[in-house]
Amino acid sequence: MHLCVGLALALLCAVSLFVGVGELSAGRLFGDPEQMRLMLVSRLPRTLAAVLAGAGLAIAGLVMQTLARNRFVEPATAGTAQSAEFGILLGVLVFPAASLAMKSLLASLAALAGTLVFLVIARRLPPQQPFLVPLVGLVYGGVVGAMVTFIAWRADLLQMIAVWTQGEFSGVLRGRYELLWIAAALVILAWWVADRLTIMSLGEQVSVGLGLDYRRMLLLGLAIVSVISAVTVVVIGNIPFVGLVVPAVVARLAGDNLRGALPLVGVCGAGLVLACDILGRVLRYPYEIPVGTVLGVVGAVIFLWLLARQTPHG
Amino acid sequence: MIEIERVSLQLQGAQILHDISLTLPKGGVTALVGPNGAGKSSLLSLIARLSPLQTGSIRIDGMPVDATPGSVLARRIAILRQDNAVASRLRVAELVGFGRFPHSRGRLDAKERALVAEAIARFDLTDLADRYLDTLSGGQRQRALVAMAYCQGTDYLMLDEPLNNLDMRYGRELMGTLRRLADGDGRSILIVLHDINHAAAYADRIVAMRCGRVVAVGTAAEIIDADLLERVFGFRMRVESIGGRRVVLHHR
Ligand SMILES: Nc1ncnc2c1ncn2[C@@H]1O[C@H](COP(=O)(O)OP(=O)(O)OP(=O)(O)O)[C@@H](O)[C@H]1O
Ligand SMILES: [Mg+2]
Repeated sequence: MHLCVGLALALLCAVSLFVGVGELSAGRLFGDPEQMRLMLVSRLPRTLAAVLAGAGLAIAGLVMQTLARNRFVEPATAGTAQSAEFGILLGVLVFPAASLAMKSLLASLAALAGTLVFLVIARRLPPQQPFLVPLVGLVYGGVVGAMVTFIAWRADLLQMIAVWTQGEFSGVLRGRYELLWIAAALVILAWWVADRLTIMSLGEQVSVGLGLDYRRMLLLGLAIVSVISAVTVVVIGNIPFVGLVVPAVVARLAGDNLRGALPLVGVCGAGLVLACDILGRVLRYPYEIPVGTVLGVVGAVIFLWLLARQTPHG
Repeated sequence: MIEIERVSLQLQGAQILHDISLTLPKGGVTALVGPNGAGKSSLLSLIARLSPLQTGSIRIDGMPVDATPGSVLARRIAILRQDNAVASRLRVAELVGFGRFPHSRGRLDAKERALVAEAIARFDLTDLADRYLDTLSGGQRQRALVAMAYCQGTDYLMLDEPLNNLDMRYGRELMGTLRRLADGDGRSILIVLHDINHAAAYADRIVAMRCGRVVAVGTAAEIIDADLLERVFGFRMRVESIGGRRVVLHHR
């Protein structure tokens, strides 16, 4: 299965490199400097950005679900992404000259605080009602998002925040996406601590029983979720559903042992985002539909399918 | 040796444990008995540092449980709690393998894998090793959880009502296994039991609790006594001697 998924992603990458406004053909690529430039400045960065953001978001979703011990939450809707937007907005208002990296830092800190608050709320909810957690997450994300919109409206920045609330790859060029490599580094970190994360999914007491420093791991997990989400929001904008449906589908097939599931989740997340971006490029060619919109539709369909297939015995 | 000194516990304003002092020597099987709500699980959680100590002190082989690093304790004590809602989709072999985490930190080499396989075989889980936990019956899942605690390979093994969901045969096998671990490997077993006859048949010592206090500590011969049991459980039961063993007829 791993091999098939990997091949599918490679295929998608190849398609992504050669689809879009501006003809590119593999045959002329190495003879024509103009073509090479288009490839290196635009297509390759765009493809890499989609792969990095997709893998990162899917794994951020997986880690968040592990921490919340609930399969129906994801950073994009449960307040993490909205808190990140809040952080960027504050950055823009307080330090207008801040660089992209500086904004990412502010976004990450805000996302960390916002996610922590959500987890604290989530832990107080009765475990017998698993659907309460995502519902509360939606409300919480909605409230934070509304706050962002309100402040932006008062500061006359509505146009600007649209860039972060609606994820799209059309603006990705060389020099403007490299921060996403941070997400890649965090994905590797998540893989490094995969066993610990799986143990955490068994609950705090089991973790303590096995000698895990539960609080430190919780913070590390939070940092992984928050920074990946924040960097993606800063560079691409919010992309919903990847963090939700990819881990859910993979858990069905490969179980919850993160050591095995994590690579699969990463590759599938990358593939899903890339596929949706390609779809967005070709659907109304030569115009583009933002990847966030495409994923909103595709993701919702997959999610509904998952809900419908939910059987009492998993 | 487990030394419990002047331990009290208060939860939400209610006094759960009252000034408990108790010393359990190393080795052997110790059964903790008492009615529902007596505080058995609470005491076990404190000993296994799963809940924070409020007053008093608990030391295991001289190590204070509240001041010793968790990773060190995890190589000395293993605990199976009473309520284990495992929501994760893990295979039996994976779950049991996580019992080795304190030693392997996640890297299962050949030696570790052999230990996991031994634990799986010991609890008759070989045919179920590749099954997801959420597809098992209650008793099968309970055996997997016991195997995980056993697999941790610690000197002290604490089990809170491990006979839950087990049928008579597996219940008896588990008690026999624990007995052998104590006799053969010199492990110390601390086990919460509701079946007083299992406690009488397998335990070296029985600790009887009621309303957050230790009412009596002693061998089966000392504890299995109609008057004492009435004081602990609050009702009269017949105690008979069958083939030299004391048997409590508690069911009617
Ligand atoms: N989190 C809590 N908050 C308040 N009271 C609690 C809490 N946990 C347990 N208790 C109370 O503490 C007392 C002892 O509980 P404990 O679980 O230790 O009993 P137990 O002897 O293990 O009982 P059982 O045989 O039913 O498992 C009970 O009266 C219980 O209601
Ligand atoms: Mg109990």
